[in-house]
Amino acid sequence: MGILFSFAVVIAIVLIVFAGVRGAGLNYLFAIIIPYLALLTFIIGVTYRVFNWGRSAVPFRVPTTGGQQFTLPWIKSNKLDNPHTSYGVIGRMILEVLLFRSLFRNTKAELHDGPRLVYGSEKLLWLAAIAFHYSFLVILLRHLRFFTVPVPTPIQFLEFVDSFFQVGAPLVYITNFVIVIALLFLLYRRLGMPQIKYISLPSDYFPLFLILAIVLSGIYMRYFDKVDIVGVKQITMGLVSFRPTIPDGIGIIFYIHLTLVCTLFAYFPFSKLVHMAGVFLSPTRNLANNNRMQRHVNPWDYPIKVRSYDDYENEFREKMKKAGIPVEKE
Amino acid sequence: MMYDGGKIIIGLLIFIGFSTFPFLFTMGKAVAKPEPKIDTPEIQKMVDKKCIESKQYMKTEHMVILNDWRDAVVRDGLRLYKSKDGRSFDMSLQNTCMKCHSSKKKFCDECHNYVAVKPYCWDCHIAPQEGT
Ligand code: HEC
Ligand code: HEC
Ligand code: HEC
Ligand code: HEM
Repeated sequence: MGILFSFAVVIAIVLIVFAGVRGAGLNYLFAIIIPYLALLTFIIGVTYRVFNWGRSAVPFRVPTTGGQQFTLPWIKSNKLDNPHTSYGVIGRMILEVLLFRSLFRNTKAELHDGPRLVYGSEKLLWLAAIAFHYSFLVILLRHLRFFTVPVPTPIQFLEFVDSFFQVGAPLVYITNFVIVIALLFLLYRRLGMPQIKYISLPSDYFPLFLILAIVLSGIYMRYFDKVDIVGVKQITMGLVSFRPTIPDGIGIIFYIHLTLVCTLFAYFPFSKLVHMAGVFLSPTRNLANNNRMQRHVNPWDYPIKVRSYDDYENEFREKMKKAGIPVEKE
Repeated sequence: MMYDGGKIIIGLLIFIGFSTFPFLFTMGKAVAKPEPKIDTPEIQKMVDKKCIESKQYMKTEHMVILNDWRDAVVRDGLRLYKSKDGRSFDMSLQNTCMKCHSSKKKFCDECHNYVAVKPYCWDCHIAPQEGT
């Protein structure tokens, strides 16, 4: 159900663009208005989510750790997996964000004959995730050639490296292959593995179908049904300089690609995809495990009036003496 | 009220900076669109000023034509190209394309610089001398 539904939504978007651009001639809506709205939704939405996370109290350090905690100087502690200093935390965050370290430690459980439960290492998911995310990043950065004049040198260098093998014309990009293979594996994981399929929801399938559709429409547009790239760049430069224009004769496939991308951007803050921002605010990753060195007070605690034994004895000392109860101070 | 507000706001500013980078980079400047010049002597001599295929087709497919030509010449030794409207051309980058489009700077580069493509063809092939 969820699979079919998510797939149908992606198909519906494509059909709406077809009807809107080919049928109703709403080029201005699809090439100008929707992109602006999608970008606004993306920025405001993500900012709002981050503000909301920032408002939640973190009363205590959450030491989900993979190593020896710092105790005494002569007991070796694991500085990256169980950091007790800010530097350690920064190191852990860098490894987490750039190398998906906690996903690398991911394990899988399998039931063998016996029955015997076996835990094994599961590196394929990590590999596919790394391949997907880095390809996506490179493609996104390469796309800056549509949004900047002059195109910054690092972007041109990225393009050069990505098309290093100089196959065909237009040149074939390495990331195009990598991202499609990675996406197909991630999709197979949800469709073909019963345990994963059981816990998958439309909100898991939809981003996969959507991104796959974006990537395939992009590849189709570059190598098969080509569009006038100079015209496309006039649109994109019009958008970023707030002087919208739409040259004639740009193929429908461009509008499809663009609207799918806008859907992704607008959907981003409402979906699991905000993990892009969320990873930076993960309490189990971004807090030093210094519970034993520093006092952390829960800001949400009800203010309790504390009364010490000293106070108590001071008030009742005479009465206590009379009743024969021992007191600490005479 | 935010906890660790300073750090979060710095993070958010970086995020907003990245996501609006093209806008900040352009700062509302108008960008001239490329004007590939087709006023070379060779083209001016033509009565019917046409490329080997229709203009729209050339715009999007010229690199494919060149790639096919290269394969045909280098691998199969075929050198004659018949266009869709029946004209014949020698399949050559330097002797056909660049004969009519005799200024690489004012024609090919005009578009290519705009979209930042740098065909590596000119590592080996020789572009016509400019300014003649
Ligand atoms: C109307 C603008 C325009 C003109 C004029 C033009 N090109 Fe291009 N050319 C492009 C665009 C745009 C691309 C990139 C297409 C893409 O990235 O999908 C391109 C790509 C190429 C490529 C493939 C490069 C690669 O790295 O993939 C070659 C080769 C090429 N052009 C050769 C030429 C030659 C030779 C001339 C001059 C005779 C020329 N072009 C004139 C717009 C133009
Ligand atoms: C016989 C002369 C001639 C030859 C040979 C020729 N062209 Fe052209 N080309 C023209 C003319 C004339 C135009 C302008 C067509 C028009 O405006 O309708 C043109 C237009 C173009 C355009 C579109 C420019 C624009 O403003 O959008 C491209 C790209 C192009 N040519 C590339 C090539 C390439 C690549 C080759 C070699 C494969 C080539 N041409 C061979 C004469 C030629
Ligand atoms: C490594 C050097 C090299 C590079 C780079 C190169 N070529 Fe060539 N090209 C050759 C050689 C050598 C020939 C053979 C010339 C002959 O037999 O006439 C050739 C032949 C051709 C031919 C047919 C013959 C002719 O006179 O043009 C075409 C078309 C061609 N190349 C296009 C391209 C294009 C387009 C590119 C860029 C995408 C390119 N070449 C890049 C070396 C190169
Ligand atoms: C989430 C963001 C996006 C993703 C993942 C994506 C993906 C892709 C992919 C995989 C390609 C194939 C060729 C290549 O890798 O360059 C492509 C091409 C293309 N994309 Fe995107 N895209 C995105 C956003 C956009 C945006 C915002 C635009 C323009 C408004 C755009 C316009 C194009 C165009 C014009 C091409 C053809 C490129 C060419 O012929 O050289 N894309 N896209």
